[in-house]
Amino acid sequence: MPVATTNGHAVTPALGTSELLRVVTAGSVDDGKSTLIGRLLLDSKQILEDQLAAVERTTLEQGGAEGLNLALLTDGLRAERERGITIDVAYRYFATPRRRFVLADTPGHVEYTRNMVTGASRSDVSIVLVDARAGVVEQSRRHASISALLRIPHVVLCVNKMDLVGFDRAVFERVAEEFTGLATRLGVEDVTAIPISALLGDNVVEPSPSMPWFTGSPLLRHLEDIELIPEGRTGGARLPVQWVLPTAGGPEERCYAGQVSGGVLRPGDDVSVLPSGESGRITRIETFDGELDEAAAPRAVTVHLTGGLHAVRGDMIVAAAEPPALTTELEATLCWMSEEPLVPGDGLLLKHTTRTVRARVGELRFRLDNDSLEHEPAPPRLTLNDLAGVRIAVDEPLALDPYRDNRVTGSFILIDEATNATVAGGMVDAALAVGG
Amino acid sequence: MSSGLTHLEALEAEAIHIMREVASELESPVLLFSGGKDSAVLLRLAEKAFRPGPLPFPLMHVDTGHNFAEVLSFRDRRVAELGERLIVASVQEAIDRGVVEDPGAGGSRNRLQSRVLLDAIEEHGFDAAFGGARRDEERARAKERVFSFRDQTGGWNPEDQRPELWNLYNGRVAPGEHVRVFPLSNWTELDVWQYIGQERIELPSIYFAHERVVVRRDGMLLAAEGEFGPIEGEDAFETSVRYRTVGDMAVTGGVASTAVTLEAVVAEIAATRVTERGETRADDRTSDAAMEERKREGYF
Repeated sequence: MPVATTNGHAVTPALGTSELLRVVTAGSVDDGKSTLIGRLLLDSKQILEDQLAAVERTTLEQGGAEGLNLALLTDGLRAERERGITIDVAYRYFATPRRRFVLADTPGHVEYTRNMVTGASRSDVSIVLVDARAGVVEQSRRHASISALLRIPHVVLCVNKMDLVGFDRAVFERVAEEFTGLATRLGVEDVTAIPISALLGDNVVEPSPSMPWFTGSPLLRHLEDIELIPEGRTGGARLPVQWVLPTAGGPEERCYAGQVSGGVLRPGDDVSVLPSGESGRITRIETFDGELDEAAAPRAVTVHLTGGLHAVRGDMIVAAAEPPALTTELEATLCWMSEEPLVPGDGLLLKHTTRTVRARVGELRFRLDNDSLEHEPAPPRLTLNDLAGVRIAVDEPLALDPYRDNRVTGSFILIDEATNATVAGGMVDAALAVGG
Repeated sequence: MSSGLTHLEALEAEAIHIMREVASELESPVLLFSGGKDSAVLLRLAEKAFRPGPLPFPLMHVDTGHNFAEVLSFRDRRVAELGERLIVASVQEAIDRGVVEDPGAGGSRNRLQSRVLLDAIEEHGFDAAFGGARRDEERARAKERVFSFRDQTGGWNPEDQRPELWNLYNGRVAPGEHVRVFPLSNWTELDVWQYIGQERIELPSIYFAHERVVVRRDGMLLAAEGEFGPIEGEDAFETSVRYRTVGDMAVTGGVASTAVTLEAVVAEIAATRVTERGETRADDRTSDAAMEERKREGYF
């Protein structure tokens, strides 16, 4: 049952309806990221007694005297504990009465870029942690860059360890100003800075008594209040066909299931099926629970089309008036995720929405500096964690939107056919050789 | 991504998308259905993804032989109602054939499930298996992918997982390999219960408070019947319990409760201060890395 904390901020899990918010955190161990997440979970009452008991036990075993080692709350795999590193993205869950949070906790070591890109790909909000004593460092720039590159609309800068700089307002303002300027130049739409002490809990869930000069919200309240930009509702309707179903209408009748990936679908809308380009109308939108008057991303639906209009998996049903580009050649930004380098000319599989095609990476156009997104001369090959602009040719046409317009129909992964490994994430910059 | 959907609608859409991707991209999936609450939710999501068509995969239960009778009858009734096919992979048969060793009367057979599951996956040629596991259950699971790739021995290698970007899942497997798929990865225990309430999903009766003869062991209330009777020094007594998870009777503990309605159960879950596995699964309390070890051996 909801329990109010001392300042009346109810923090137990929501029983009613709430909104899902996806958050990525970036930072290294030294920034206090594990402590911050532990604090968020603890102060929002997500840590239960048996978990707390285990942490208390381990804190004592490790000779910790001062209270709990909050970082242990997010402790991962045995291999990680033994080696004292974080291997992979970990997902955490917490809730308030207004929002349910999915937090992708990405590590800060050398494999950082790959992991952060993974965690950031679906996120609405990015939390970047900076040590108040160190200020904006190389890694903070990288966190801002990746957030901007992946087009996460909201970035929250947490200036941590304020207790170690005497809760000094000038220190906070200097770091906040530098970071905000940087993030804005990189193209982040919304940047908010919050001075915190993850260790002591200041401005994490509760307002800080030590920093009365800060008039903004504590982190959790800010995460609850962020006004989400309704992503994907604007722009043309997009429904990648995932699965073809029989209908009650007759043995030849089919309907098409998929997840709405842009715009809004409504019965009566004029649509085209790509790549065939045949056009017709949506006659009905259904789910298991009944018919819908409209469907927006990310709802999973089934649509019925006017007679004679057919589609198969991998096709895309799109607004006739606002179609994506249909192309076999594209320019894209890749994050290379494999230990094996990419050499121009390499053949790979490209999965875009529900369509997988053969692709050849041609020219490497430029490399992006991971910390500034500035263009650098193209290297001869791409290695792990490289970000680069490339040109790709595919053997069947793809219906593409630029990533800046649509994060779903503008993204793809590359797969090595020999190992089946996912070797790159890609964002469409432009469609070339437009056909259809 | 912001959508105007409630969190349950967003989680549901994500799970349906995942199930349709698996059905499309893999040759021969199977859905693991134990009769427990998470698999009951999976089954509802499968209906949402594929009706009015048939489910494009059979259901399979890895049967420890240590079942609550109420769960087995629920399982069989649901399968009959849906008109789908159920495969039962039996731990008892594997013991009888000498494939795995009987832990003895009253001992947990949870660990034996891994081998029986892997054998069944091989025998039927499955290349994907849906499971109801959630990342909030346990810290090893927090790092597991939605598409959790398993090598030829069925083992999980956490250091070598495929990056999962956007909603683009890579389910490609080589012959002999398979992928475990967890559509409920991003759900919490409370989400599952809220969804059960919202959808009015039927559950086995043991999830609701009922009178049962139990023994108190390691702070848990374990059913005391048949081979699971009291051991030396224990007294069996009757009390009102409900179950939070459904597993091997030998290690699945009940919770003292008088919650007989779904609403009352959800309210108790929301107020509880102990994790699901910590409260009701003896096997996960044996060591810090108990789950991680079992997963590396092929467990879910």
